[in-house]
Formats: sequence, structure tokens, C-alpha cells
Amino acid sequence: MFRSLLRTSLLLWGIIVRPATTLSLGFLTLGGFAAGVMFWGGFSTAMEFTNTETFCTGCHEMRDNVYPELAQTVHFSNRSGVRAICSDCHVPHKWTDKIARKMQASKEVWGTLFGTISTRQKFLDKRRELAEHEWVRLKSNDSLECRNCHSTAAMDLTRQAPRAAGIHTRFLLTGERTCIDCHKGIAHQLPDMTGVAPGWVETR
Amino acid sequence: MRAIVAFLVTAMLPILAVAQPVGEQPRLSGNSPPTVAMKAPPVPATITDDVRRPRNYPEQPPVIPHTIDGYQLTLNTNRCLSCHARQFIQGSGAPMISVTHFMDRDGQVLADVGPRRYFCTACHVTQADAQPLVANTFRDALTPNER
Repeated sequence: MFRSLLRTSLLLWGIIVRPATTLSLGFLTLGGFAAGVMFWGGFSTAMEFTNTETFCTGCHEMRDNVYPELAQTVHFSNRSGVRAICSDCHVPHKWTDKIARKMQASKEVWGTLFGTISTRQKFLDKRRELAEHEWVRLKSNDSLECRNCHSTAAMDLTRQAPRAAGIHTRFLLTGERTCIDCHKGIAHQLPDMTGVAPGWVETR
Repeated sequence: MRAIVAFLVTAMLPILAVAQPVGEQPRLSGNSPPTVAMKAPPVPATITDDVRRPRNYPEQPPVIPHTIDGYQLTLNTNRCLSCHARQFIQGSGAPMISVTHFMDRDGQVLADVGPRRYFCTACHVTQADAQPLVANTFRDALTPNER
């Protein structure tokens, strides 16, 4: 078994290290280029597919627990008809960050295979932990996914309620706090919040 | 059919005018006429001026002068208390929930809001700039009599 594997590997290595004798340089370069384009396109398409609502709600864990909650919120249905889907908030838009997040998400494949949150009760028991992961992630990247759509530069404080405008001026514009500090649970039901102080509390 | 409904409505106009000052409104009781499509009036905007409203009688639960859209009020979390709880009012400037909310049903004062007073919206509601669906002639005993 091991010997035959070794022999095959050596044979393949022998093919790779020797120069091509019958294929032209033009074929190799242009063919390589075309193959590269096809590979990259396929990779990107597959990657984009994992960012769709269809993919996210393909598993019952997401379809039955978190997705119906999103459907109740303003990020799903609103007067201007803009919708944020799962990946808009949970996957960074920038390529390197996105790849890093997708690699982390391999843990979620593990979770699916071994049924970490396969029942409603398991999900509810784990909800605080899962929520905390997202709070930590958004806190450390300064609520990057929020800011993909909501920028402080484009935020007209005069159109906000005076209370909201005051709090934004004091905490958001000074950079003292970030979106997720106050706006937890805007798209999902919150877990047991015992011990989680409101985002605007002075001493933390 | 239309003419009959129009006639009935016209005939009832004097009664309607006395009982209900606004024209287009859902009926609060009884069956809707099955042959007529009842038009739902638009949802009025919530009052959001943050000005505390006087109570119409001493025991009235104070009304909410801001929106509570999307506020989560569940067994897990209570968004109202993140501003109105005793420990947060200095930072938020919100009125503290009254100490009556700390009492259990035997009148024993607890350290924090009691379970039977936890669900704020059971008594406290937002206000809308809308005509009341049913006319009301209630007058506070202290309000000067206008008759």
C-alpha cells in the first residue's frame, strides 16, 4: 500500500520536473493562463455561492432558528426596500478578511457534521456563546460589517431623534464606542443578557 | 349593492357623527360587513419628542414618548430597563421605574424589578398622533370644568 503510493508519487514527480517535450511553450503559457482564469472564476463563483441566502438557509440550523428572526427586523423589510442578507453582516467584504472568515467557518462545517446545534434546545443553550463570538468579532473590527453600509460621514444627525443624535455624537463620533456596543440583537433575538451592560454605560 | 351601502352609511351619518368623530376607521366590535372590503387606515407615526406626558389620573401608567420599534422585551433581555433601570438612569437621563415595580404581590420590596412588573408594555404604551377610535368624554377631576 505504502510502497505503491510512494511509487506513484515518484512517477508524478518525474513527470513534473522534466521539461515538456511535445507541448509548445505557447500552449503551456496560454493554456496555463486560460486554465488559471477558469480556476479563479470557478473559485470565486463557488465562494460567492457560499455568501448567498440560499446557501446559508440550506441547513436547518440557520433556516429554523436565526433566519425567521431576521425576517422580523428592519434589516429584512423596510420602507426603502434595501435588504441585508446573512453575509452582509457576517462576512467581511474585503478579500483577505473574507478568506480568513471563510477559513474560520470551516468550524461551522464541523458543527453541522457533528450536530453541535442540531436541535432547538442545543441552539438555545449555545446561543450566548455564539452571540459573544459575533460581538467580539464586530468589536475588534470596529463594526466593519455595519459600516459597509452605515458610515458616520453619511449619517445626518439632524434627521435622527434628538436622543439618538446626542448619543451618537457623544459615543460614536468620538470613536469611544462602536456600533455593536449599543446595537446588539438588531437582527436576531438576544440570548440571556445577564451581566451584559448597556453599550453606553460610562464605566465599564 | 354599492347604492344600498351608501344609503345606509348616509342614514347612519348623524349617529356616526356623534359617536365617532373620524370617518375611516376599523370597527372595534361585531362582524365587518362581508360584502364590503374594509379598508385599514394607515398606521399613524409614533410620537418621539421625548417629552413626558402628564397622567390623566393618578394611577395611570405613564405613556412612552419615544418609539420602541425593535426593542426586545423577552425573558432573556429587557431593552427598556437598559435605560430605565435604577442603576442606569444617571447615564441615560431616563426616568427610573417606580419603586412600586420592585414590590412582590405581598408588598415586600425587592432589590430590583419584580417578575410581575417585568413586561413593561403590558401597561406602558407609545403614543400616536391620531384621533381616538372611540370618542371619550373622560375628564380629570382636577381639570377645570369647561361647561
